[in-house]
Amino acid sequence: MVTGLGVVAPSGIGVEEYWASTLRGELRVAPITRFDPARYDATLAGEVVGFTPEEHVDKRYLVQTDRWTWFGMAASRLAFADAGYDPAAHDPYATAVVFGSGSGGNDFGQRELQRLWTRGRTAVSVYQSIAWFYAATTGQTSIRHGLKGPSGVLVSDGAGGLDSLAQARRAVRRGTSAVLAGAAEAGLTPYALTCHLSSGRVSTAASPADGYKPFDARANGYLPGEGGASLLVEDPASAAARGASRIYGEIAGYAATHDGGDDRGPVAGGRWLATAMRRALADADLRPDDIDVVFADGAGSVDLDAREAAAIRAVFGDRPVPVTAPQGLIGRLCAGGSALAAATALLSIRDGVIPAVGNLDTPHPDHGLDLVREPRQTRVRTVLVNARGYGGFNSSLVLRAVEQG
Amino acid sequence: MRPPREVAVTGIGVVAPGGTNRKEFWTLLTDGRTATRRLSFFDPAQFRSQVAAECDFDPAAAGLSAQQVARNDRFVQLALAAALEAVDDSGLDLRPAGTGGLGDDDAGPVVGVSMGSAVGATTRLENEYVVVSDSGRHWEVDPRYASSFLYHALVPSCLATEIADRFGTHGPAAVVSTGCTSGIDAVGHGAQLIADGEADIVIAGASDAPISPISVACFDAIRATTQHNDDPEHASRPFDASRDGFVMGEGAAVLILEDAAAARARGAHVYCHVAGYASRSNAFHMTGLRPDGAEMAEAIRIAMSAARVNPDDIDYVNAHGSGTKQNDRHETAAFKRALGPRAYGVPVSSIKSMIGHSLGAIGSLEIAACALTIETDVVPPTANWTTRDPVCDLDYVPNVARDHAVDVALSVGSGFGGFQSAVVLTGPNR
Repeated sequence: MVTGLGVVAPSGIGVEEYWASTLRGELRVAPITRFDPARYDATLAGEVVGFTPEEHVDKRYLVQTDRWTWFGMAASRLAFADAGYDPAAHDPYATAVVFGSGSGGNDFGQRELQRLWTRGRTAVSVYQSIAWFYAATTGQTSIRHGLKGPSGVLVSDGAGGLDSLAQARRAVRRGTSAVLAGAAEAGLTPYALTCHLSSGRVSTAASPADGYKPFDARANGYLPGEGGASLLVEDPASAAARGASRIYGEIAGYAATHDGGDDRGPVAGGRWLATAMRRALADADLRPDDIDVVFADGAGSVDLDAREAAAIRAVFGDRPVPVTAPQGLIGRLCAGGSALAAATALLSIRDGVIPAVGNLDTPHPDHGLDLVREPRQTRVRTVLVNARGYGGFNSSLVLRAVEQG
Repeated sequence: MRPPREVAVTGIGVVAPGGTNRKEFWTLLTDGRTATRRLSFFDPAQFRSQVAAECDFDPAAAGLSAQQVARNDRFVQLALAAALEAVDDSGLDLRPAGTGGLGDDDAGPVVGVSMGSAVGATTRLENEYVVVSDSGRHWEVDPRYASSFLYHALVPSCLATEIADRFGTHGPAAVVSTGCTSGIDAVGHGAQLIADGEADIVIAGASDAPISPISVACFDAIRATTQHNDDPEHASRPFDASRDGFVMGEGAAVLILEDAAAARARGAHVYCHVAGYASRSNAFHMTGLRPDGAEMAEAIRIAMSAARVNPDDIDYVNAHGSGTKQNDRHETAAFKRALGPRAYGVPVSSIKSMIGHSLGAIGSLEIAACALTIETDVVPPTANWTTRDPVCDLDYVPNVARDHAVDVALSVGSGFGGFQSAVVLTGPNR
């Protein structure tokens, strides 16, 4: 079960700031300020604003790490605090950290590449080897909080946040009391943006309202964003034993598939995403009718949205399950985005309100989904979260309210 | 929950320095030859460490298409070649989607991918960076000079995608990226997917091709790599008193993991079982190790427990043996802590003495070596061992391979980030 959430997002640092902004539908995609984007086709992104690293990350870690790791460590500290969980009060082997990882330490990496190629190898930082690689945030978090349990790092592009939660559940089932899961991303550097642009999937809109628009008739690609979420996954018995103050919900089901080269044509569209959703439901021992809302991947390109819509329709049949994708407000955060989607789904369960699809004006007429247009007050007990990763990763996670006596 | 299923290894593929297939790899190791040499991929003159273990790899000869080569960093290319050999070795009919292979059958087995890599497409990212930044002149790099498929390099999950696409697999797929234990953790993850019933077959392994200026520079900066530049063939000296750092290598190994009952039922050749796996973190330092080896010892104990073996059952230990001062001391202490007196009675060797340290890939290469040890009852040596270090006082199988019956093998890894991983492999008839 999930007992703590920590969020660092373009729309807020900390759960409540993020959630209030999400429910208000504030569009937090904006012109890039971290560098001059004038020479790039895409000039908009979801930047985390107002983040003072010193407030969230101890000084000795700041110098060793990239902005991506700052976000992960900040979110982790918030999640532990939210859960009232002090790792030092437990056997060090009882707690672990498993994060999804995306593109690693982009800012740090580009800076050191520049140093190497302009000033030679002696100019390269002693921290380059531990700041750039994909395990940096997991490793530093384990050190910062003294976590000796079975930690790990999974990379599956945008699906990584959900995959980390599934891995946390596996570790709990194998006997670890508490596992910090989730992901963060910080890819708003000139070189990382250049890499994003090469995918041909980035919106080149000039105005935020015209940019990342999941399921909209004018969907024209995604905008990158930064940030993510950490979630504390605990063994129910351990959480009860320590008197955990809040249970957001439980990971009731999960499955992952890969398109395996079988999703390039219109006919096969969404087949393996649908399989992931069906297997996640079966894993949770639930039927489609039991799902109150789908938090969609919402890729923001008409063809990819159509595939997901087809998959949702295939699984849910004629029943119009509510579908939302609030990330339209903040951009796509790679693995951090799916971790944040899981956190958002748990907040939806907590407060009985479904946030609206972000930046949606005109639903694409062919998708045939019940897209949530305004925050919808309703009892939310069971949620299906979808995430996809570049190249064909599909993950589905079922989160369910835990009725507390 | 159902009891965990047993996991069999039914196929092995290898691309390693000095041997670009399984057979050449094993011949090199059992001959005790080294594949380390002066770094040749670029001029290493400015660097502190100028030695590397490079693969003489021809992607076309290995069966890769022109588009696979164009799209992918070398680390993916090495992995595809290793995967082709492993799948062929397994006898499983895994083919691209839509061509009638196993993956096309909805009712067929769930085939997953669990591939490790520490640094992903770093080499390609650096090469492309040099162009778009005009050798570092511009912070706001010029996107007009960017090649296609650069996003493919940005996120290392491209490795899992390329394997899944090539073999038409539709089960769970991910890259495991825990630094230098990635290769053990990817196999461990794949084995757990099968044990838990999340997959029936997993293409598991790891690949890294880090030999690029930035990688050499970042290990130079922390003095982790060797300075034996005047004697590159004997530069990797695990457990020897004169060791002074690791030799950077590259390579890939892929194992086909299967539900053991299904493997038996189809009459597959089984190399060994992945009987136990565990990973623990030292929560101490990103690169430093406490001398007592407590967390690695804990990982070993948990892996042995899962495999239901005792220290006296261990016939061979494939060490991390990177050849840094602190690693080899740390690891020797961990073996004593976990295995007790048995630590002195079991042969321990490091194949990094011959093929260098290929970061995330090496864990899978070492598991492949363990599987072949169980298969052939030959223990590969630790090459370049000449001078005893008083704190490294175990039987490191110096320089010459040894005929030795091996039914239970332990392989361990230790990496940046503090990860300590252990895997226990057992013979097919145990």
